[in-house]
Amino acid sequence: MGPSQTIVLQTPIRPRLNRRKLTITLALLAALAIVAILAAGILSTEAATQTSFLHKNHPPGADHPLGTDWLGRDMLARTLKGLSLSILIGLGASTVSAFLALILGVASATLGGKIDSVVSWGVDVVMGLPHLMLLILISYALGKGLVGVTVAVAISHWPNLTRVIRAEIIQLKSSNYILIPQKMGHGWFYVAKNHMLPNVFPQFLVGLILLFPHAILHEASVTFLGFGLSPEQPGIGIILSESMKYLSLGYWWLSLFPGLALLATVLLFDRLGHCVRELIDPHSVHD
Amino acid sequence: MSSFWQKSAAGYLLKSTVRLVLVIAAVSVISFVLVSESPIDPIKAYVGEVGLANMNEETYAKFQAYFGTDIPPVKRYLNWAHDFIRGDMGQSLLYRQPVTGVIKEKFANSMALMALAWVFSGIVAFVLGVLAGVFKNSALDKIIKNYALVLASAPTFWLALIALMVFSVWLRIFPIGFSVPLGVAAADVTVWDSLYHLALPALTLSLTGIASITLHTREKVIDVMGEDYILYARARGQRLWPMVTGHVIRNVTLPAITLQFASISEIFGGSVLVEQVFSFPGLGQAAVRAGIGGDAPLLLGIAIISAALVFGGNLLANLLYGLIDPKIRRQGRAS
Repeated sequence: MGPSQTIVLQTPIRPRLNRRKLTITLALLAALAIVAILAAGILSTEAATQTSFLHKNHPPGADHPLGTDWLGRDMLARTLKGLSLSILIGLGASTVSAFLALILGVASATLGGKIDSVVSWGVDVVMGLPHLMLLILISYALGKGLVGVTVAVAISHWPNLTRVIRAEIIQLKSSNYILIPQKMGHGWFYVAKNHMLPNVFPQFLVGLILLFPHAILHEASVTFLGFGLSPEQPGIGIILSESMKYLSLGYWWLSLFPGLALLATVLLFDRLGHCVRELIDPHSVHD
Repeated sequence: MSSFWQKSAAGYLLKSTVRLVLVIAAVSVISFVLVSESPIDPIKAYVGEVGLANMNEETYAKFQAYFGTDIPPVKRYLNWAHDFIRGDMGQSLLYRQPVTGVIKEKFANSMALMALAWVFSGIVAFVLGVLAGVFKNSALDKIIKNYALVLASAPTFWLALIALMVFSVWLRIFPIGFSVPLGVAAADVTVWDSLYHLALPALTLSLTGIASITLHTREKVIDVMGEDYILYARARGQRLWPMVTGHVIRNVTLPAITLQFASISEIFGGSVLVEQVFSFPGLGQAAVRAGIGGDAPLLLGIAIISAALVFGGNLLANLLYGLIDPKIRRQGRAS
C-alpha cells in the first residue's frame, strides 16, 4: 500500500435528496397532481359518460390508452373523472375533519373538566366501532349518496388528531408564555388563539395532510360497497365495483388502472405528510 | 404473588366489563339513532319502487307493522334494548329469521377468515419488521419497507380484485368466490373444501395488516438497535442472532402485541370489503346487504357485535401485557 493512499474507514451515505428537498419536491408534485387531475376531471366529464357501441371492451391501445368498458366509455377519461371526484370529496372531508379535531382538541385541553371527559368519551366510542362499520352507519343514516359519504368521512376521522392536539396543548399549558398572559387577565379564547394555536399549527398541518389519503381511501371503500356515490357519478369506487362483474371475462384493464391511479394518489400524499412531519418534528422520524 | 395477580386481574376484568357495557350501550344508542334517522324507506328498499307504487293501503299498513315504522323511535329503541338484554336482537327483515341466528351463522365464517388473516399477518409482519429493522438501510430493508409503504396505501378491495383476477381467473389456482363449492350438498363439504375457499380471501385480507405492523415493528427495532445495551452487547462481541433474540425481540414484542390486537378494528373493516369481493358469506357481507336493503335490526346487531370484537381485542391486549411484561407484573406486586 502506497503512502499517498488514504484509508477511508467509512464512506458517508449521502441520499440523493435531503429531507427538505424531498419534501419540497413532493409538495410540488402533489399540488401539480391535484390541479392536473381536477382540470382533467372537468375536461373529461363528457368523455367519461359518452358511450360508443363501436368500441366496446377494447383492451388498452393507441386510441384508448386505458381501454374502454362494456358501454364503450373511455377508461382514461373515467379514471381521471373518478379521481377528481375522489380528490374533491377527500379535500372537503379531510379539511372538515381536521378543523373538527382542532376545535375539540383545544376545547377539551383548555376547558378541561366535563368537556374533556365528554370529548375523550366520544373518542373512545368512535374508535370502539370498526371505522368502516361507522362509515356504513352514517352513510346509511344520511340516505347514501354524495352527501352521505362526504359527511360520513368528514365526521369520523377526527379522533386521532384530536388526541394528538389535546396531548400537545396539555403539554403547553404549563409553559410560561401560556401562564403569564393568563395571569395578566386574558381570557381563554385570547390565549388559545394567540399562544396555543400557533404552537399546534404544525401538528394540525401534518394531521390535515395525512387525513387526506385516508379520506379518499375510505370514500372509495364506502362507494365500492354501494353506500356512496351513485352510478351516474363515476367515482373510483363505482368504477371498481362495476368492473367486478366483468372480472371473470378477463377485462383486467377495467380494474387494474383505476385502482393504480388511486394507489398512486394516496401514496403521494401519505409520503408528503410523513416528510412534512419529519421536517417539523425531527424526533418523529422513528415513530 | 400469583394470588395478587389473580386478584388484580379479577378487578381489572370487572372494571372492563362495566366499560364494555357502557361502550356497547353508547354504540347501540348512536347506531340506533343513525339507523332510524335514515331516509331510506325499508319498505321501499324491500319491495322496490314499482312494488310500492302498486301496493294498496291495506298491504302498506301490514308492511308498516312488519317493519315497525309506525312506532315512535324512542319507544322502538326501548323495545329493542329490552329484548337485546334478554338475548333477542329482533328479526332480520331480509333473511326472515332472528338476527341472532343470522349472526351466528355468518360469525363462524367471518371468524375463520379474520382469525386466519390475523394470525398470518401478525407472524409475517413481525418477522419482516424485525428483519428490516436489524438490517437497516440494506437492500432487504429497502425492499421490505417499500413493499409495506405501497401496500399500506392500496385500497383493500382493489387488492382483492387483483388477487381474484390473477389467481382465480387467470391462473385458476383458487376458486372465484363463496365459502363452499357450488352444487355440493352442505353435508358433503369437507374441511379441505372450506380451507381451499378460505385461502385467497384470508391471504388478501392479511396483506393490508402486514403493511402497517411491519412498518411499526421496523421503527421500534431501529429504536432498540440504537440503545446503549446493544452497543455494549456488540462491544463484548455478542453474535447477531443471540443479540436479536435476547435484546431486540424481547423489547419489540410488547408494542407489536398491542398493535396486533388494536388491528382487529382494521381487519374487521377489511373483511367487509374482502367478503364483498369474494362473495364470502360472512358478517361483513351481511352488514352490506342489510345496509342496502334497509334491514335495520341486522345492521344494528352486526354493529354491536363488531364493537364487542374490537373491545375484546383491546382487553385481551391489556391482559396479555400483564402476563408478558415483567415490569407491569412487579408493579402490581409492589403496590
